Amino acid sequence: AEVEETFKRILSHKGVIGAIIVSYDGIPIRSSFAENDVTVQYCALIQQLAQKAKSAVRDLDPGNDLTFLRIRSKKNEIMVAPSPDYLLLVVQEPNDQP
Amino acid sequence: MEIQYVYTKKRAEFGRQCIFSDRPAELLVDIAPNPDALKEFVERDPVDRGVQVVQEMSEHDVNTERFETDSHGLNHAEGGWPKDVNAQEVEQVIRFRKKVEKDEMYISTVQTLGGQMEHCIKQNNAIDIYQDYFSDVEIQASEEPPSAKTINVFKDPYKDRGVAHISWYPDGPTKLAIAYCNTDFQRAPKDTSTESYVWDVINPNSPEMTLKPVSPLVCLEYNPKDAHILVGGCYNGQVAYWDCRKGSQPIETSEVSTGHRDPVWKVIWNQSKTGTECFSVSTDGQVLWWDIRKFAEPIEKLYLDATKKQDASQAQGAYVLEYEPTIPTKFMAGSEQGAIFSCNRKGKTDADKIVAVYPGHIGPVYALQRNPQFPKIFMSVGDWTTRIWSEDIKENAIMWTKYHQSGLTDGCWSTVRPAVFFTSKTDGTLDVWDLLFKQNDPTLTVQVSDEPLQSLRLQEHGRLMACGSQGGVATIVELSEGFYAQNRNERNLVNTIFERETRREKILEARHREMKLKEKKGGGGVS
Repeated sequence: AEVEETFKRILSHKGVIGAIIVSYDGIPIRSSFAENDVTVQYCALIQQLAQKAKSAVRDLDPGNDLTFLRIRSKKNEIMVAPSPDYLLLVVQEPNDQP
Repeated sequence: MEIQYVYTKKRAEFGRQCIFSDRPAELLVDIAPNPDALKEFVERDPVDRGVQVVQEMSEHDVNTERFETDSHGLNHAEGGWPKDVNAQEVEQVIRFRKKVEKDEMYISTVQTLGGQMEHCIKQNNAIDIYQDYFSDVEIQASEEPPSAKTINVFKDPYKDRGVAHISWYPDGPTKLAIAYCNTDFQRAPKDTSTESYVWDVINPNSPEMTLKPVSPLVCLEYNPKDAHILVGGCYNGQVAYWDCRKGSQPIETSEVSTGHRDPVWKVIWNQSKTGTECFSVSTDGQVLWWDIRKFAEPIEKLYLDATKKQDASQAQGAYVLEYEPTIPTKFMAGSEQGAIFSCNRKGKTDADKIVAVYPGHIGPVYALQRNPQFPKIFMSVGDWTTRIWSEDIKENAIMWTKYHQSGLTDGCWSTVRPAVFFTSKTDGTLDVWDLLFKQNDPTLTVQVSDEPLQSLRLQEHGRLMACGSQGGVATIVELSEGFYAQNRNERNLVNTIFERETRREKILEARHREMKLKEKKGGGGVS
């Protein structure tokens, strides 16, 4: 219910292409992408990357922790919000305002 | 002096048991000190002696065997599902998902994460946080010192062969075609392989494609119009062409009777409507034009005869050809005797065909190339110097380098900067000359290999240089930014340099002529 609401609100923002909620072992719980293989691909690749980023931050300073991960590429931006059990992944197309 | 002690024993007493006994010391030799000997020596005061307390260490170097890498693809399949859920069964998947969604923690986590995410999304929508400031401000000329770095090395799997010629793939710096041949006259061992290879730049372990001609290739060129076609000139005088898509055997080879009688040192593609014409030159003195569709005999023939009479017996053998696609009917050839011929393919009479002969070098001309941006200026490499010529001045070069310690083997202009050119030498060094920076010496000298460098080729973008050595090793060297970054004023400055030198030569020529005339008149008057 509230999950639905949050999810729909995120998707309604300008430029957002899609969103995925991933569990800690890489299973997509909720995905807005129609094709399953796109979802699976995003899950597998991004989850590993987020895990690596988290361990990197922790290794450099044990008191530190990863709060947010942004991957900006030529065509779009992938934003990852990590939590101990789940991962929220959003793909947005940036609005380049000159 | 030797101190000896001699004792005798009866033969009958040999082999008897030894019975030892003590006895007082006996003086055998007494050497008294001789003070006269002191006069032969001089006392040394002070005495210098170095002392060092350092741990003695030894140095060893180790080089591991070449590491062979191979790339494979990996197939990711869906995974991570717990054991009792089969990923293919849609029902099970849905059931699992519903179960997770009912978890309380899930709901709260998603809400917090959602809040965080929205903050960032809104941020993105408000301004571009990755905006590049000052991107339109011009980059000043780079201050870094000139340098060159070896990127990759390709080794010939067979020994005894040198790299005779290199050609870059026309559609970008991804492939290289290298012709291997042992060019020592009759010294190649009998079972030397005739293969030449096309290498992919990323994989130096094994060549991408093998080309198997009848006899080793001395030169190899990609067709600039059709990147799949390669034409090569063989050591036995034949010319052959390959299609990369069709395999290692040549599609067609020229006949031995109608082709050259000496190794074909250079083959260049012609600018033609069909894109199938090429021409070749050899030390037998002929320049032959071929159409690759009909290799049985050449379309046209020209003898490099300095007397302008197309006399085959007077023809000089040539090592290099020069052709500029923007001037389709003219070309130049550099001969074994050192002369440079400027020829016009469409000359009406035989005399017109050879427009001019430049005096050239003392030995064979090994490289000849026009400046890509100033076509009237061309450079030639031979004996121990590099000379820069202007087409109008036929007596002498307008600029030349000093005589080097080792002979020069190949040279070319930079495709991007008109003031930069490269030369390779027999001591394995690559020289980069920048006329705007220094005219007496090369701006940069790089020791590419221990063996003599035989050929070099600059890739079109001006950044990568491939050098081939006599040991069969081709090295790709990347040049520092200063050598391929274009400078706005450069064209004008280089133009001024060349014009100034041309004018100087013209004035000298006029002076010479005047002096000759005076001599003749003076001689006539006296006699």
